[in-house]
This record gives sequence, C-alpha cells and structure tokens, in this order.
Amino acid sequence: MAKDKIQVLVCSGTGCRASKSDEIVKNISQAVIENDIDKDVQVIRTGCFGFCEKGPIVKMVPDNTFYVQVSPDDAEELVAEHLVKGRKVERLLYENPETKERISDSKHMDFYKKQIRIALRNCGFINPENIEEYIAKDGYMALGKVLTELTPEKTIGLLIKSGLRGRGGGGFPTGLKWELTRKVKAEQKYVVCNADEGDPGAFMDRSILEGDPHSVLEAMAINGYCTGADRGLIYIRAEYPLAIERLKIAINQAREYGLLGENIMGTGFNFDIEIRYGAGAFVCGEETALIHSMEGLRGEPGVKPPFPSEKGYKEKPTNVNNVETYANIPPIILKGADWFASIGTEKSKGTKVFALAGKVNNVGLIEVPMGITLREVIFDIGGGIKDGKKFKAVQTGGPSGGCLTEKHLDIPIDYDNLIAAGSMMGSGGMIVMDESDCMVSMAKFYLDFTVEESCGKCAPCRIGNKRLYELLDKITEGKGTEEDLFKLRNLANVVKDTSLCGLGQTSPNPVLSTMDNFPEEYEAHVKDSKCHAGQCTALMQYIIKEDACTGCTLCVRVCPVDAISGERKMAHFINQDICIKCGACMEKCKFDAIYIA
Amino acid sequence: MTKVKSLEDLKKIRDELQAKVSLREKAEHYEQLIQVKVSMATCGIASGAKETMEYMINELDNKAVDAVVSQTGCMGYCYAEPTIEITRQGEEPVVFGYVDIEKAQEIIDKYIISGEMVDGIIPVNYKTLKDD
Ligand SMILES: Cc1cc2nc3c(=O)[nH]c(=O)nc-3n(C[C@H](O)[C@H](O)[C@H](O)COP(=O)(O)O)c2cc1C
Ligand code: SF4
Ligand code: SF4
Repeated sequence: MAKDKIQVLVCSGTGCRASKSDEIVKNISQAVIENDIDKDVQVIRTGCFGFCEKGPIVKMVPDNTFYVQVSPDDAEELVAEHLVKGRKVERLLYENPETKERISDSKHMDFYKKQIRIALRNCGFINPENIEEYIAKDGYMALGKVLTELTPEKTIGLLIKSGLRGRGGGGFPTGLKWELTRKVKAEQKYVVCNADEGDPGAFMDRSILEGDPHSVLEAMAINGYCTGADRGLIYIRAEYPLAIERLKIAINQAREYGLLGENIMGTGFNFDIEIRYGAGAFVCGEETALIHSMEGLRGEPGVKPPFPSEKGYKEKPTNVNNVETYANIPPIILKGADWFASIGTEKSKGTKVFALAGKVNNVGLIEVPMGITLREVIFDIGGGIKDGKKFKAVQTGGPSGGCLTEKHLDIPIDYDNLIAAGSMMGSGGMIVMDESDCMVSMAKFYLDFTVEESCGKCAPCRIGNKRLYELLDKITEGKGTEEDLFKLRNLANVVKDTSLCGLGQTSPNPVLSTMDNFPEEYEAHVKDSKCHAGQCTALMQYIIKEDACTGCTLCVRVCPVDAISGERKMAHFINQDICIKCGACMEKCKFDAIYIA
Repeated sequence: MTKVKSLEDLKKIRDELQAKVSLREKAEHYEQLIQVKVSMATCGIASGAKETMEYMINELDNKAVDAVVSQTGCMGYCYAEPTIEITRQGEEPVVFGYVDIEKAQEIIDKYIISGEMVDGIIPVNYKTLKDD
C-alpha cells in the first residue's frame, strides 16, 4: 500500500455539514486532482471536532494544522498553498481572541487545553464510515479481550471498580446495572442503547454516533456477553438521519468482518444489533417508555419496579445504557479500571461530554474530566461570555435540571455536587445565560417544553405542569401576585413528589432553582412589574427622554402602529397603550433619546 | 475482505491497518518528533524533491524513526535544491542542500538518528516562514 504523505481531515458532523463541509470535501478533492497530488493526499471525512463555534474545521496531517471557519471557496487556496507549497494559510488559522496571535496547533487553543477525550477519542480522528480505521485504533480489541480472557463476572467487576456511572442522566453505576441483569435467569435477554437524546440543545450522543459508531456497537456486544444477551437494540430518534446512516454502515461492516453475528472471533459468542426508530419524544428517553415504544406501544413510562433488568423488552431482562456510557467502555477494558478511576472525583470517575451552548464565545462539544469547575468550563474552554456581558447563570441537566449561579462557579462538577447545588448532571446539556436573560422566562421556556412533552399519563405532570406554566406566564405578563409565588412553589413541590416518571419528578426543577437563586427577580416581576433583564416585553416601556429628543420625527415614521406623536423639533412621546414593544424606534433614533424602562 | 476469526486475527489485521492512522497519530504529538520539511516549490520539485521526500518517508518508516516528513514552501536556496530542513527536538533547525537519495540516506543515518553532523549544511541567514 502506498503511504499517504498528507491527510486532510474534514469535519463531517451535522453542524459542519450544515455549513457546507461536504462541498469543502468535494472542492479539496478536486483541487488535489487538479494540482496533480492526488497520489500523495487523502481527504478524509471525520466526526465532530467539537469546536463547532469555529466550524467547519479542516485539519492537515501530519503537520497538525487546524483550520477554522473554512468555506468551500477556500479549498483551492488551501490546496495550492498548504499542500503544494507547504505554506500555512494564516487567515484561516484560529486567532487567540486576547493576544490576536494565530494558532495552528489545536493543543495550544484554550478550547482544547483542559479537555480529556475518552468517549470522544475517535471523533474527529477516524473516518466513521470505515471500520478499518476503527480497528486500526484498537477497535474491537476490548471485545476480543473480554471474550477470550475475561469471564462476564470479571468484566463486570472491572467496570464496577472503574467507577463508571451512567451518562444518560441518572448516574447509576454501570457495572452494578450489568450485574443485576446478569443475575436474572432467562433464556432470552436484551441489550439496549438509549440514543433518544431529548434534552433540547444536547448533541453529545448524536456526535458520538456520527463520529465513532463502532465504539457503541463494540460496547453493546461486551454488554451482551456480560449479561447473557445475544440481541442488541439501538433506540434512536428519526430526527438524526446522519447518525442513523452511519450506524447502519457500521453495523453492516461489523457483520461483514464477523464482529457482529454468530460465533464472534471463534469464541462461540453470538450477538447482533438492530436499530429502532423513535419519533423524538422527550419522554421516550425514559427507559420504560423507551421499551414500550420499541414494543409498538404508546411511549408512556411504566411503574418501577419491576426494573428493565428484570422485566424489560418483551418482558425479558433488558439492560439499557446511554450512548456515551457505552463509548467509555472499550477504553476502560483495554486500559484498566485503575486508569479510568484515576480521572475524576471520588464518586464520579472519568469524564463527561457537555454540549456547551448559549451566551458563551466558544459553543461546542467538549469532554472534560469530572471535577472540573464551571468556571473553567465557561471561562477557559468556553472563552467567557459573548459580547463582554456579565455571566448570570448556567442551566445544566436540561429541562430536568436547575440553574447554577456565580456562587456555584467553583464547585467541582460531578453527579453529587450538582445535585447538592440544586441541579443535576443530566445528559450533558449546558446552557449559559448572561445578564440580559430573565430567569422567570427561562423557567417558563422549560415548562413550555415539559408541558408539550408530558405524555399525559399521570395527573400531577399533565395538569400540574400546565398550571405551573400558566402561573409563570402570568408573572411574566406582570400580572402575578405574591400569592402566585407561594402557589408556584407549593405546586412545584407537589408535581415533583407525585409524578410517575422522571420527567414529571424533575420538571419543576428549573422553577424551584430559579426561585431559590433569584428570588429578587421573581419579586421584581410581581411587586414592581419590572423585568430587570429587559426580556419580558409585557413589562417593558419604551420612553423618550425629553431633553435628548430633537424632534427629528424619524421614530414616528418607523413605528408600525403609530404609537409616537409630537410636533416637529419638539420632544416626542410614546403612547404606552398602543406601543407593541417592537423596539424599531429605539434602533432608529440617532440621538439615543429612547430608552427602556 | 477477511472475516475476523479470532483475536489473533484481529490483532494481525489491526497491525496491517495501523498505517492508515499512524500519520494522524504522529500529528497529535508533532512537536515531540523530529520534523523533516522538504522544500516543494517548483524549483525543488524540478530537481527531484518529490523523490527525496518519498525516499525519506519510506526510509524513516523502515528504520522506525519517530519523525514526520512534511512539505514546505520555497526556502530561498533554489541553487541548492532539493533542500530539506530538519528540526531535532529542542534544537535549532538545520537546512541541508542538494539532497539527493544518497545524501538523504546519509542524513538519516547520521544526523537524524544520532545527531552527528554531515556536510551540506546551508548556513541559515534567513528564517523560514514562521510555521511552527
Ligand atoms: C424524562 C426522561 C428522559 C430521559 N432521556 C434520556 C435520553 O434521552 N437518553 C438517555 O440515555 N437517557 C435518558 N433518560 C434516562 C434513562 O431512563 C436511563 O436511565 C438511561 O438511559 C440509562 O442509561 P445509563 O445508565 O447508561 O445512563 C431519561 C430519563 C427521563 C426520566
Ligand atoms: S428619533 Fe429620537 S430624536 Fe428623533 S424624534 Fe424620535 S426620539 Fe426624538
Ligand atoms: S417600541 Fe415599537 S411600537 Fe413602541 S413606539 Fe417604538 S416603534 Fe412603536
């Protein structure tokens, strides 16, 4: 085989593809041919590099040059300059926002410095559509090791010792869960991968499946060997077409290689995997609802116990794990429990992948060791708050979690600390908010989501969340009373305590945590009809400063509802009864005469 | 394509496939490796830089030397092409001129592997494009 002299890695995750990374691949490949270097250069599509803020990303190997925000039009220059002449294209290198220095090696970027990649180890490194690249990176070696050298008990012991806990939200010790399923006697058992990923803003699991699907398949097979299952099912939302496509390719390739199917590696172990599609309901991520959905029933949760490990899919013992949980398993088996346990905090080992979003400079997918602080994540990796604004809060755990504030910035992130702080790890969504975000509106946003996603099976969740939403709506309209605040808290606690499944049991968390952390904000809405963040339009007033207004009449002409009146060259006036708070006048005024109160 | 029939099989296949990703693995710790840059501008290519590069890649690989070979722009010594610049970890880069295959072999055996100087060094009076 002729050796490649140069490899060009192009991010081909959903995010970068949306910014035309496919076209970049096409153009680079074409330019490589035109420049007659196609024998030496290979263009490879990889999974997500994580630095989505700066995508599409193109990485040159072996000189390790990391190009950011590349457009299809840049392809020719990259080929002609970098590949042919060996000169870096400065303008496409990442610029350190503080020093303005161009950085070509991603290791020196603040975004990557504090990251440790275990679950994402192959994302942005291998071509996910080529099993050979996975094998070259020790792929399926963990399965081979387990099948030939370890008993199920020993493997489970290793997982328990590693301290791996479920990454799907609950944080249940993975080894222990496998042991529970293993111990149940049954002639048929199942292994399930939960790829529902319903938390709005989260895309960790999608990125793993798009960037390294075999890591999940391999771990599911290991799970099957340990628990005594010969069938695996991946439950994935139909909204993830690229992840589904890559999974299908991966499953087929694994079958061709005999790494799925009968008598794997000559050990007599049989295991195969099928894909099941979900319609994208949040509640179907809950394991019992997920199982019902796979059985063709309504996606409604059931009462636990019995747990799926005793009675799951088709009433058979079923082990459900999350995508990211699985992706951690092969390295643990190959590198050992002690290695994994050396990363993280006392009770939370390893790393966690977060989808960092909201008002931070560097939005993207990150994998950090447990125990890192929110400050490091938001300010070092995330590069601080956008537009120089002030940090206000960060929501972890999505609609089930809570908001954390300034005072929580220095606690080490792990399962237990986040719960103690009134939030939770959840699946890894992390949405950062700045001073212009209203916390009441934020709680309302999540409640809106929950009301929409509640399956309606139990009354506290179906009705309670709706009432909570209405109360929040009333408050953001400036019509709330102090009694409403009292009702809000009471009802939130009732919903939490009496709902059937995790959705309802956690849905009031955004309300409760914002009430605890920002009581003054609720009070301002209720007592003074004020939204200090300026987000609740019903509570805003656009007002013209008499002494600053020159009477130029510009605003009169832009107001779509004719709410502004005044004589030429005299101070103007906004009629609050007519104003719809669109803000058009303020944008137009050249004299900064209009302000929001 | 072959079926993987045993763990031994898998190991064998993995070792054969290693070349697919080894370039990328090297790139991950680019700075800790010996860097060989071959000047691949028109003048270099005309005087055989491609062959030199090809040879260096294969030879370093055969000798299992932890080095990365990449191309670079015109270094400005067109009279002495093919030219290559070698940076041993923690040392100043050194530029060699007239590197044909024979010379390349000498450079690998002496300078790259054991740090021993060889003839043909071009005194560096100008810095290459800042491309660390
Ligand atoms: C409302 C709700 C939604 C959930 N959504 C997901 C999800 O999208 N993905 C996931 O892996 N787990 C989700 N879970 C957790 C699962 O019920 C289950 O605990 C998890 O898949 C177990 O895998 P793990 O132990 O590897 O984390 C959800 C739970 C609840 C209550
Ligand atoms: S645009 Fe500004 S200055 Fe002109 S009339 Fe309106 S408020 Fe006054
Ligand atoms: S805010 Fe909009 S509606 Fe109100 S006065 Fe200005 S332009 Fe008119």
